[in-house]
Amino acid sequence: MEERKKLLEIENLKKYFPVKAGFGKKQYVQAVESVNYFIYEGETLGLVGESGCGKTTLGRTTIRLYEPTSGRIVFDGEPIYDSEKKIAVPMLPYRRKMQIIFQDPSASLDPRMTVGEIVGEALDIHGLFQGKAERRERINQLLDEVGLNTEHSNRFPHEFSGGQQQRIGIARALAVEPQFIVCDEPISALDVSIQSQVINMLEDLQAEKGLTYLFIAHDISVVRHISNRIGVMYLGSMVELGESYELCNHPIHPYTKTLLSAVPIPDPVKTRSRQRQLLEGEIPSPINPPSGCRFHTRCPYATERCKQEFPKLKEYGPGHYAACHLLEQGGI
Amino acid sequence: MVTYTLKRLGAALLTLLIIMAITFFLMNAIPGSPFLTEKSTPQQIALANAKYGLDKPLIIQLKNYVVNYLKGDLGTSLKMQEGTPVRDIIFHQGKFVLSIKLGLISLAVAVIIGIPLGCIAAYNRGTWLDGFLRVMTTVGVAIPGFVLATLLLASLAVKLHVLPTNSGQLTDFKSYIMPILSMSFYYVCYVAKLTRTSMLDAINQDYIRTARAKGVKTKMIVLKHALRNSLIPVITYLGPVTAGIITGSFVVESTFQIPGLGKYYVQCVMSRDYPVIMATTVVLSALVIFMNLVVDIAYKIVDPRITLTNKED
Repeated sequence: MEERKKLLEIENLKKYFPVKAGFGKKQYVQAVESVNYFIYEGETLGLVGESGCGKTTLGRTTIRLYEPTSGRIVFDGEPIYDSEKKIAVPMLPYRRKMQIIFQDPSASLDPRMTVGEIVGEALDIHGLFQGKAERRERINQLLDEVGLNTEHSNRFPHEFSGGQQQRIGIARALAVEPQFIVCDEPISALDVSIQSQVINMLEDLQAEKGLTYLFIAHDISVVRHISNRIGVMYLGSMVELGESYELCNHPIHPYTKTLLSAVPIPDPVKTRSRQRQLLEGEIPSPINPPSGCRFHTRCPYATERCKQEFPKLKEYGPGHYAACHLLEQGGI
Repeated sequence: MVTYTLKRLGAALLTLLIIMAITFFLMNAIPGSPFLTEKSTPQQIALANAKYGLDKPLIIQLKNYVVNYLKGDLGTSLKMQEGTPVRDIIFHQGKFVLSIKLGLISLAVAVIIGIPLGCIAAYNRGTWLDGFLRVMTTVGVAIPGFVLATLLLASLAVKLHVLPTNSGQLTDFKSYIMPILSMSFYYVCYVAKLTRTSMLDAINQDYIRTARAKGVKTKMIVLKHALRNSLIPVITYLGPVTAGIITGSFVVESTFQIPGLGKYYVQCVMSRDYPVIMATTVVLSALVIFMNLVVDIAYKIVDPRITLTNKED
């Protein structure tokens, strides 16, 4: 495999949220626990997992929209956060390079601002134009890129449909010409017919501008379609990471296997002959996550070691990583 | 917008008419007469009643009021300043202006201090500052204006001699402090509370996160995105308050002996000066109605999502 440039590297990233638990006690929601991953320049890394497994938190912490609890973030060779070396650079210049598209398009646009103001504000902050004419031209160009009319810039967000609102959100993210965009479930609030339009648009924009995506979704079939590589999360930790095709066809982590066996196949013959693996029990609370491997409470193969030791992400095939003690011992 | 305003003005006139009717029957329901004194004989009272048309059936009296009001004639005072046109009493003796002035200053204080206090509390949520402000505002909305007025008079003026006791004269800046403070403190606290709550609500919205992702500075996020989105409840509250602060000032006016409309109004009710009661009520009601209209139009300016008409686009 040729050496590709890693645009973003995340090491041991943790994000804990404090929660109140009665008098004097402080507890933490361990939303992201020691996550390691990296993204090659120009690729799309898909991130899947159940609701509440920390995908969104990981996405937001990656671009420091949430301040990490600890860990290390390196963007384009520059460390932008390092809890050990006490590095936390000012984010303003990086807000130009890293952007995010939010899940709920209607809530993520300020209802008091026109579309032009929403898109233009990003331009203002980073001083990306000279003169009013250039600013207006730039806004129109952005709206055009995402398939909206230039007259739309004087309207307010509530006058648009969900799909159009998400296009505004994308135009807003593109305004600063970022290298990297976190797509935080950008299509899950949209109708199925609109979903494909937005996905195709994101793919076109990527090809055109050489963008890098972290694409978060809970629908693995969408992620499989758009991503070069896929990461699977369970209860705040990354359990498997690999090339899309490889991961979907030859999953090695027990959780990924069950997750994939739940994806419906549009072929009744295959569906009938397929063995579905069902997990027992509920997903544990991230406030008091299980010790050791977080999956051990539901893993059919769990051993004593799994209960005590947190498994690290290790490479088991070319570019195929997983965090499981059983694989170290030669597989399941 | 124009048709909407015209419609609202029409509705306002109707409301005023209803208010006039209610006021008229209420004040006639109170026993007593403006001409009833220890010395007056029944003949004198009957004579006076006939002179001012009070002997006619109630419904005719009401009709006369309405017709005269439509002509712009508010009648003359029966008792307080016998023979003086009511219009002069209200508008030309400085009473109305004085009350409005006090009210507007108090309102300005409520907005200028209340909104920033609310922002500060929301921004520093959970800290000692927030806790202090929360206690202060809770106490503030719990203390009635006349208690505060009395306490201020007793402490600052009588004991400490920091402020003049004749604050009712409103001669210099110092004399304004206590009346304004006792009138506006409640509203400062209430506005601060409202702002804090709606601000906290706004801060947790997704678009605040969007602004942060754009790189907007925290200060600007609070001022530009959060504040603008959290002003609706405050504006809703300010409309009725504007009228209330002006009309409801009579307690404070009485405490500090300020010769304003509020104090005069109370005296008129006491002495059954019907035309003055009626005129004052109508003028103050008109003020309330007008402020509500202003608020509804202000909504539209603050929140583009609100449409004033039912018309579908």
